[in-house]
Amino acid sequence: MAMVQPRTIRARKLGAHLALLGFVSLVVFPLLLVISISFREGNFATGSLIPERFSLEHWALAFGIPWERPDGSVVQPPFPVLLWLWNSIKVAVVSSLMILLLSTTSAYAFARMRFKGKAPILKGMLIFQMFPAVLSLVALYALFDRLGQLVPWLGINTHGSLILASLGAVALHIWTIKGYFESIDGSLEEAAVVDGASTWQAFYHILLPLSVPILMVVFILAFIMSIMEYPMASVLLLDEHKLTLAVGAQQYLADHNQRWGDFAAAAVLSGLPITVAFLLCQRWIVGGLTSGGVKG
Amino acid sequence: MYTTNASRGLPRHRSRYPAERYTRWALRALTVALVLATLWLVVAFHLRGQWMFALLFLVLGTSLAIVFGKRQLMSHRYIFPALAGMGVFVIFPLLYTFGISFSNYSSSNLLSEERVRAQFLEQTYQAEGQAFDFRLYHDGGQTRLYLEAPGAGLEGARRLVSVPLAEAGDGEPLAVRPAEAAPAGEALGLREVIARRDVLEELTLVTPDGTELRMAGLRRFAPMLSRFEANPDGSLTDRRDGGILTPNHETGFFVTAAGERLTPGWPVAVGLDNYTKIFTDPDIRGPFLQIFVWTFVFAGLTVAFTLAVGFVLASLLQWEQLRGKAVYRTLLILPYAVPAFISILIFKGMFNQHYGEINLILENVFGISPDWFTDPALARTMLVVVNTWLGYPYMLLLCMGLIQSIPRDLYEASAVDGGGPLTNMFRITLPLILKPLTPLLIAAFAFNFNNFVLIALLTGGKPDILGASTPAGTTDLLVSYTYRIAFQDAGQNFGLAAAIATLIFLLVVGLSLLNLRLSKVKV
Repeated sequence: MAMVQPRTIRARKLGAHLALLGFVSLVVFPLLLVISISFREGNFATGSLIPERFSLEHWALAFGIPWERPDGSVVQPPFPVLLWLWNSIKVAVVSSLMILLLSTTSAYAFARMRFKGKAPILKGMLIFQMFPAVLSLVALYALFDRLGQLVPWLGINTHGSLILASLGAVALHIWTIKGYFESIDGSLEEAAVVDGASTWQAFYHILLPLSVPILMVVFILAFIMSIMEYPMASVLLLDEHKLTLAVGAQQYLADHNQRWGDFAAAAVLSGLPITVAFLLCQRWIVGGLTSGGVKG
Repeated sequence: MYTTNASRGLPRHRSRYPAERYTRWALRALTVALVLATLWLVVAFHLRGQWMFALLFLVLGTSLAIVFGKRQLMSHRYIFPALAGMGVFVIFPLLYTFGISFSNYSSSNLLSEERVRAQFLEQTYQAEGQAFDFRLYHDGGQTRLYLEAPGAGLEGARRLVSVPLAEAGDGEPLAVRPAEAAPAGEALGLREVIARRDVLEELTLVTPDGTELRMAGLRRFAPMLSRFEANPDGSLTDRRDGGILTPNHETGFFVTAAGERLTPGWPVAVGLDNYTKIFTDPDIRGPFLQIFVWTFVFAGLTVAFTLAVGFVLASLLQWEQLRGKAVYRTLLILPYAVPAFISILIFKGMFNQHYGEINLILENVFGISPDWFTDPALARTMLVVVNTWLGYPYMLLLCMGLIQSIPRDLYEASAVDGGGPLTNMFRITLPLILKPLTPLLIAAFAFNFNNFVLIALLTGGKPDILGASTPAGTTDLLVSYTYRIAFQDAGQNFGLAAAIATLIFLLVVGLSLLNLRLSKVKV
């Protein structure tokens, strides 16, 4: 490479930087804009990126604090954003833990044991994971509607139904964990079994402590997917105080009543923690995501 | 390590350690409790006549009992919970959807036939012919109703007196008893009756033999009689006009002699009707084909654009002499890190025609203000632009990973032969990453083919196609179209929605089989 002339390479580098900067500004513009809008006065304020009329109104409302305008009128918070965020986190934590439990034990069997029907089951899971849940919403709705008549905490409009429904999406995680288990040498477990440990003990005391990193990754992945789940939550949850963030947030921009400013503050408040968590863990997440699944 | 027989590791004999013994017994108890709980669900669903769900839980409970009961199936115990989850929430809904695609299940054909029949039998009507004139009598702080029939009255009773009105609980019927004459006290005039009209209209009177009377005018109360009478052959007789309602098991409705349908109906099997409707009914076929084509175009364009952008950026970021790559990389994958439901809504606001920043900029710079949400072509453009923004980081990450695995000496050889960056990109990089990328591109295609969240949050499928008999929009994908038919239309035609969903299932199966073959998954 040293044979290339320095002058053209400098020009090329400059070009590359300009192109990248241009593209980055296109990408980041919407995000900066929303932050800026959340500090502007009024719901439809326009202007430069640095707000001319700075106001904390939208932020107060997003935190659920009524805001008193200079003219004395008091604005009530339009939607319980923090409650929605809490609902989302509650559902996501419980369902990710359950997904982790289910997929770890299955991945162990798939990675370490030989049994009937292993190959077809694994392949079948790969095919079924591609079906979007939207298509079977009618059936899921019917299932939880009927189930709710017998077991009230699993009916429509409960978080239990949403958590349970998310247990269908374990195939991707099983594949991820299975791949990691296969990369760990089995001789340690073999030694344990020779010393009288049961299969379960070998799994629980030897393999699991070695696999904490991948379990973290799968937990975070499942957590993020659950937070972003929209179709099932939109059908299964009805009451405003039960909604998750993904379903509730769109009410800010409903056709008849658009609250652009209030939305901006709520979006930054709820989106920032998830974004930061993603960026912090990106090194681990990216590997897991790109190896199997697709995110929007 | 392979344990050929997983149960080999588990000692058969009674454990020496009490803790282990208790754990085993606790697990056995848990299994039994779970099996019993599913069996209870089976019985309960069966008693309600919901045999599909009874069957589902029967299969679940039986397999649970078998897997955890037989020692030979030790390995299957580990995979059972996950498989059960997939079975109940992925495979069962799939089969159920397939099943209802052959029925007319919809909001007008929702309840079972028995429930529909019961609903008809509960209907009542006011028999005007047997009406009573009424008066209110006020005596010492208590108000009573006095009813007097001008004709024969009800079962011989011509005069009825109620208990005091104040004794009526909320919504509870008020008892009336036969009487010889009007009660003591003074009769109230019409003015007082009108003043208590709201109370009186809410009132239901019950005679000792259980007939209910309701207010039928300012001076009259009339008995409520059940409107339909069940006949032994399954038909219903309308007591008001003597007409006969016969159940039609092909359409799932009660029909009158004149052939008029009465709602509600019940779901019945209609064979391939829903499928033939999709392909022959012009009001459905037209929008369906339009949406079908758009779905393919949308998924194809998205994959092409995200790949193009991602590939070019990845090639740039692989350039060793470029500085600040880490910063660029972090900034470039930001759209991936922000939750999609938030960024899609951000774009919904930015593209807004009244206050959106995009139109403000376009107006100031070019003097144009496009109607992003009302013009079909512009709405589609907007969707592809937004989806490219959302989706390119995934391609970027994929391409970066794959480019790193290309041996460096290929580029050195190219430099020796005088190849420039473009030659490198199209002659070395692209051909080498395209093959491992193909299965992932198919997966991305399938994902965007079913990108429901984007459509639901950004346009909701609007602007709508004119003249369609189902809710169909020019920006609808097949999935959002299905969703709207099932959940947003007034008719809630679940059967038709399930038929379209089944067609999408078939397409997705095709795509995933292709994918499996191309990626040569090693199990």
